[in-house]
Amino acid sequence: MIPIRIIRRRIRSIKSTAKITKAMEMIAASKMRQAQLRVLAARPYSEKMREVLANLAAQPRVEGESHPLLQHREVKHITVIHVTADRGLCGGLNANMNRRAASFILEQKVPVNLVTVGRKGRDFMSRYGRDIRAEFTPISDKPALVDTTPISRVVIDDYTNKLTDEIYLGYTQFISTVTQRPVLQKLLPIEPTKFERTANIDYIYEPSPSVVLGELLPRYIEMQVYHAILESIASEQSARMVAMRNATDNANEMIDDLTLTYNKARQELITKELLDIAGGVVTQT
Amino acid sequence: MLKTRLEIITAERVVYSEDVEIVVAPGIIGELGVLPHHAPLMTMIQPGELRVRRDNVEESMFVSGGFLEVRGDKVVVLADVAERADEIDVARAEAAKHRAEERIAQHAVEIDHARAEAALRRSMVRLRVAEKSKKRRPPTV
Repeated sequence: MIPIRIIRRRIRSIKSTAKITKAMEMIAASKMRQAQLRVLAARPYSEKMREVLANLAAQPRVEGESHPLLQHREVKHITVIHVTADRGLCGGLNANMNRRAASFILEQKVPVNLVTVGRKGRDFMSRYGRDIRAEFTPISDKPALVDTTPISRVVIDDYTNKLTDEIYLGYTQFISTVTQRPVLQKLLPIEPTKFERTANIDYIYEPSPSVVLGELLPRYIEMQVYHAILESIASEQSARMVAMRNATDNANEMIDDLTLTYNKARQELITKELLDIAGGVVTQT
Repeated sequence: MLKTRLEIITAERVVYSEDVEIVVAPGIIGELGVLPHHAPLMTMIQPGELRVRRDNVEESMFVSGGFLEVRGDKVVVLADVAERADEIDVARAEAAKHRAEERIAQHAVEIDHARAEAALRRSMVRLRVAEKSKKRRPPTV
């Protein structure tokens, strides 16, 4: 039989834990909404950019040589941009992403290095002695495009300097509040066939189609990276919200169970006392 | 009066979306004006002032490079950064201007001159745009 005093103390402690997890749940819920709005706000820009690129890709090739970011090379080196959260307490989110990236890396026959975004992924990869090319941490909850451009800068430079021949982007895709999926996409080289060819409009290009394309492609990469980070943030917050809701539910369940045990123990104690008194009365008479 | 739809979009938000009579933008090979029924055009723009006339009132905005597309009766600006005149942080632009001027004055080797000059140009355009909108505002009673 656990002493009553200890049960009472335990109930109190679980109650305060439940309060904390409840608060965290609500914070995560509001941050998730903001993050989702930000993903939506970025959509017009990226759609327009795709459209323009599609149109450019449909252009008849101007004088031979293609842009460096479109060049395919024999793959001797791979870089993975690994986007994770800075903080834990969000269920299996970071573990899933880490596992996804790790299994990809182990499948490759050529050396792979990493550009990590977020603390959890960096810690995981450095613990297993992976080659980390660059790390970006912490990431703010509401990044602007300019906050993420250094990340794309690193990979674009490495790619154009032929230090790496393929670049993948790993992040957690936000599907719904309860579902987030770790994905790994090829970022570079860009496949021009990916842009579905829309109605071909005969634009006047200033200064020239190839210059416009050259300016547009790095921005397209920047946009992809920015988008991946926004999705990851939305995923992190929603995963945390769900994890904290479960924690609160579990805490409440424990409180109920313990309260029951507590009441039983209390009743037993009272019954025992009553019996003692009754026994005393019987012996006296 | 004929009008064109102007949309200024950045990665973070839609900055401007109105029907206007004329758009004057800082194109990469010189300032260009776009009137309704312009031929399809795709051009890069440089940091500068983007002016529009809407219902006979001139408005001014800051854009820091990007692209401008004309297509049908629509003008779309894909800007890296864009600010309406009333959104410009004058104090910050002042500070940036001073910083850039100091850097250029130093003549040190390790300073990226092109970058400092670009920063100076950006801050000056911002200040000019902000100044203009202040003048137009009716006097407070």
